[in-house]
Amino acid sequence: MSPVVQIKDLHKIYESGEVPVHAVRGVTLDIHRGEFIALMGASGSGKSTLMNMLGCLDRPTRGTYLLDGINIDELDRNELADLRNQKLGFVFQGFNLLARTTALENVELPMLYGRHRHQSMEQIRERAMHCLEIVGLANRFDHFPNQLSGGQQQRVAIARGLVNEPQVLLADEPTGNLDSKTSVEVMGVFQKLNDQGITIVMVTHELDIARYCKRNLVLRDGVVVRDAPAEDRVIAEHEMKRLKEAEAAAKLTSAAAAN
Amino acid sequence: MRFSNTLRVALRALRRNTMRSLLTALGMIIGVAAVITMVSIGSGAKAQVEAQVASLGQNLITVMPGSFTSGGMRGGFGSSVTLTPEDAEAIAAEVKDIDGLSPEVRDRNQVLANGLNWSTNVNGVGPDYPYVRNWPMGSGAMFTEQEVKSLAKVCVIGKTVADQMFPNEDPVGQTLRIRNLPFRILGVLSQKGFSIFGSDEDDVVLIPYTSHMRRVSRRTSISMIRIQAAAPEKIADVKTAIEDLLTQRRRGREPDFTVRTQEELATAATQTAKTMTGLLAGIAGVSLIVGGIGIMNIMLVSVTERTREIGIRLAIGAHGRDVLMQFLIEAILLSSLGGMAGVAAGIAGSQALSNYNGWPVLVPTMWIFISVAGSAMVGIISGFYPAWKAAQLDPIDALRYE
Ligand SMILES: Nc1ncnc2c1ncn2[C@@H]1O[C@H](COP(=O)(O)OP(=O)(O)OP(=O)(O)O)[C@@H](O)[C@H]1O
Ligand SMILES: [Mg+2]
Repeated sequence: MSPVVQIKDLHKIYESGEVPVHAVRGVTLDIHRGEFIALMGASGSGKSTLMNMLGCLDRPTRGTYLLDGINIDELDRNELADLRNQKLGFVFQGFNLLARTTALENVELPMLYGRHRHQSMEQIRERAMHCLEIVGLANRFDHFPNQLSGGQQQRVAIARGLVNEPQVLLADEPTGNLDSKTSVEVMGVFQKLNDQGITIVMVTHELDIARYCKRNLVLRDGVVVRDAPAEDRVIAEHEMKRLKEAEAAAKLTSAAAAN
Repeated sequence: MRFSNTLRVALRALRRNTMRSLLTALGMIIGVAAVITMVSIGSGAKAQVEAQVASLGQNLITVMPGSFTSGGMRGGFGSSVTLTPEDAEAIAAEVKDIDGLSPEVRDRNQVLANGLNWSTNVNGVGPDYPYVRNWPMGSGAMFTEQEVKSLAKVCVIGKTVADQMFPNEDPVGQTLRIRNLPFRILGVLSQKGFSIFGSDEDDVVLIPYTSHMRRVSRRTSISMIRIQAAAPEKIADVKTAIEDLLTQRRRGREPDFTVRTQEELATAATQTAKTMTGLLAGIAGVSLIVGGIGIMNIMLVSVTERTREIGIRLAIGAHGRDVLMQFLIEAILLSSLGGMAGVAAGIAGSQALSNYNGWPVLVPTMWIFISVAGSAMVGIISGFYPAWKAAQLDPIDALRYE
């Protein structure tokens, strides 16, 4: 099967400032179905820039990008929007949920556009509810973002990324704002989705987090300097169990100390 | 996006900012309410004037002495401005398609009866007068052609005169003294009310015009002739025929008469009311524009404030058109809901005015539609620019917006 993402010699130069910034300088990459990639690198190395191009939010200055065999350079604004809607799920750095809009309505959002738009509200609602179940938030469906914890908000954002059954789920620092326990929770959701066959690319700063993925890419100054399978892959479920046991032990100890 | 979903999204957005939406809509509410109230007052006044014109009679044509054709009244040097009973008789004899005709001589006199005296309008008319004026008898009968010819001392009185002079008895058969001459009362006219000019139409005594000219006022000319055409479509022909006949009778002298149809009279009378309505509606319309500017302002603020939201929508697959529709529908909802509330407020306001001030108000249905459609238009016009601005945003820039 051909790779779902094929990029060749991709460049991005920001011309907006006084000095042009060459943020991505020639990245060539194939991503196959079912992969789970961690994109790492120092701050400013061009991770978000690359992700935005992968997510068809931004156009490359140079180079070609084939998504599922489609050359995105040939698509207009609306066709790109449809592509984002149907083939891609994007989990933004910092959630980007609609404020004062319930979790369920946030998840429904992608279905209001694109190919799902002709469905009835009942069908849309049902599908959104199903995705909230996947991320374990079905019981909080009518909560507003400000009533949810960071990890819960991130999971709502993931559910929104999933709702149109994308081929590739892109996540820019999905655990960036989360504590380690919640991060493990979110990685657990990703691993489950990846097991079901969804291709995932995520940006992270943390080596610990990268170990939940299958393939690690390191970016430096806009070029890929390392591309290797993840070493000592961690399974979130096991890690979760270990954390719970440690917590229980800590409680016992503190209870003993109090006595 | 499905239209129903766009509507839902727009409603949600409005509900999220209930207070702001209400205040914005208030601009429209006040504007539309003002338009409706002003137009209702204007149409009420117009309807009242029209009713009064209609009360003059049906298919009416009037002939008056004096020429108004070139502005102001003219009576050339050496020519007397006169309309004579013979003119009236000639019209009755020679012009076709006439249903009724009555000359009229007006005067004001003291009348005496029952030991009471009363100053009233004593008008000399013909037997057709009640018919031409569409003014039926209340009791008794009108005097006849025969009585006109014989200069009979008979009269018919209006309701006001009857009430004043004969408070406790039936006036029919009693005697009324005008200039010390006894006139036998043949009948009492039904109540007519006030004229366009605000005078009491029922404060009147009608006597044969012949008796009036010979016995009472000693005039040689008459004040006017009222003619009823046989049908509305004959009015124009009858008018021309009368003009031709009277011109011919004057043998080359300058025309010293004016023939007017009821329609012309009505037009003149309602013109003022119309002008007033237009003026009031215009002033009220200005407040609609102000309301529109308010909506545009709020929508612009809203677009800026919700740049991130727009970015998110675009990023997950909304087309520019979807965003445009969302904001446009929001503006239209705001303005047309405001407009409908304004119609309700305007109707309530007009009713209140009519109840407390006794003004004749009439809420014209057409203006209700105009107002609602107009406020939706205001929404489209004032919402379009902000919505277009929102639709032009680039998803990545909008997402970065702080
Ligand atoms: N819109 C922009 N205009 C100009 N320069 C930009 C823009 N966005 C990013 N850059 C520059 O491009 C480079 C790469 O930025 P990018 O956001 O991709 O880094 P990153 O790897 O995601 O960093 P971080 O880990 O801090 O999120 C940086 O030098 C940044 O200053
Ligand atoms: Mg970044």
